[in-house]
Amino acid sequence: MNDPVLSLKDAMVRYGTTTTVAGVSFELFLAETLGLVGESGCGKSSVARALAGLTPLSSGRLFIDGHDVLPKRRPGKPHARDKVQLLFQDPAASLSPRMTVSTLLAEPLKIRRDFSLANWQALLELGSGIGLGPQLLHRYPHQLSGGQARRVALLRALAAKPQIIIADEPTAGLDISVQGELLNLLRSLQAKLGLSYLLISHNLNVIGRVSDRVAVMYLGQIIETGPTQTIFRAPAHPYTEALLSSNLTVRADRRRERIVLKGELPSPSNPPSGCRFHPRCPVARPVCAKVSPELVRKPDGRAVACIFPVNETAVPHAIAG
Amino acid sequence: MRFILDIARSPGGTFALVAVALVCLAALAAPLVAPHAPNAIAPVDRLLGPSLEHLFGTDHLGRDLLSRLVYGSRVALGIAFSVISISLTAGVALGVTAALSPRAVDLLIVGLFDVVTSFPSIVLALALVAVFGPGLGNVVLMVSIVFIPHFGRVARAQTLALRNSTFIEAEVVLGAERWRIILHHVIPNIIGPIFVLACMDIPVVITIEAGLSFLGLGVRPPLASWGNLLNDGYTYLDQSIWPALSSGLALMVATLGFSLLGETLRDTLDPKLRKAL
Repeated sequence: MNDPVLSLKDAMVRYGTTTTVAGVSFELFLAETLGLVGESGCGKSSVARALAGLTPLSSGRLFIDGHDVLPKRRPGKPHARDKVQLLFQDPAASLSPRMTVSTLLAEPLKIRRDFSLANWQALLELGSGIGLGPQLLHRYPHQLSGGQARRVALLRALAAKPQIIIADEPTAGLDISVQGELLNLLRSLQAKLGLSYLLISHNLNVIGRVSDRVAVMYLGQIIETGPTQTIFRAPAHPYTEALLSSNLTVRADRRRERIVLKGELPSPSNPPSGCRFHPRCPVARPVCAKVSPELVRKPDGRAVACIFPVNETAVPHAIAG
Repeated sequence: MRFILDIARSPGGTFALVAVALVCLAALAAPLVAPHAPNAIAPVDRLLGPSLEHLFGTDHLGRDLLSRLVYGSRVALGIAFSVISISLTAGVALGVTAALSPRAVDLLIVGLFDVVTSFPSIVLALALVAVFGPGLGNVVLMVSIVFIPHFGRVARAQTLALRNSTFIEAEVVLGAERWRIILHHVIPNIIGPIFVLACMDIPVVITIEAGLSFLGLGVRPPLASWGNLLNDGYTYLDQSIWPALSSGLALMVATLGFSLLGETLRDTLDPKLRKAL
């Protein structure tokens, strides 16, 4: 396989005594879409912020295109983080309120010391490709509709010539038809520009529709990851299974029996012993409270962190010491 | 242009614009507007009431009050604008620095602000002028120091509120330089309330200057300043109310004008209140 464009190793993010990301590793490959799913509070947004450089990693390493992100970012000098852009959950809030759209769009070019008439026109052309007409250029962010603000934020991110785009809940607040439009747009941009996406969402329909691979997070850890189809068809982790069963699908043949989890998501500042999911797990056994399972790669391409995976002839694998 | 029309839309704004324009015009075109020389003494005409010749009457040396008020506006506005520009610049620089710096620097700057604000502004200005001596230059400098925390505090608070907002984070992700974030994204978004504050502080500076002059620590007597005029008027109040009344009126119009302008500005500057398109 090719070298990953992004690789995160044993990342931890701590805020005070709370560890929101507790040892997350994954890789993202060229022109691939990885979907990161999990309920609110599982740490997926912390992962996004850490990748974008907004939150420092407490430990762990991050390589982008093979370069460590640790060296300080200096204006005008190339840096590994230049290749990553983040689409914020609230795109309107990510636009500086006293700038017109044209100033906002010119800014990434100026920051990259890349502003020229040719580049500006190329950007505007890319803009009309994603439905941003020149009539919006003199508007202020508060004069834009939600969809327009989203496109401006997207075009701004593209102007920075990223290789990787992290999208935090890209479809939040959009109705279904617009969601589909946006996802198609993201896909066509991926095909055109060879972008790699990390899509962060709690919406399984969105993730399932566009992701090549998914990673399921629970309480700061990835508990299952692998090709989307494999995992959606036959989840191995009881949490993934419960998550998928809660998903509404219109197709009756795909409807699963709903698994309702007991209790609430525990506090990340005081995670349960052993497997973090065991207090809520429908198939937990006593050993689950003692041993914390590692992500183990399976022959079908997935990796799962569970001692007693479902949909598998239950052979407890290596129970570490 | 549309901006001025926006301000003029409310009655308070209209009054503010007229009053401020009047005072500014008087200050800029003093030699053209003043009917008499401001320092021409005419002992025969002392303490006259209003007449066609002397619209506001004369003072105890027979000088034309209107002319002195017109020339006084130069001193008042000159001092006010200099003080405000110095303290606004220094205050915003310090306040933004405090908000974006490590805790130790922040505490130091806020501590300085606290020391300055712990004295009533007129008392501190008085003490500073008493130590460094009266005179126009010193008055401007000392009053500026008194007003720095005003702007510094607001700038710091605004910046703190802004620091973690999404659009600043978006700039960080784009790799924007620190100066770009401060100049293009922080300052334009905090400057509205600061301009409003500046407008509302102008009358305060004018009254402090008048107060200092009234106490004999500001502008030296032959030069017409509203404070001096008020002081003279106060001395001869039992013989004629016109010197005190007219200088008080001038102070009032200027003060009210700038305060109302500040308030109207506050409402107009908020882009969200402005209708789209």
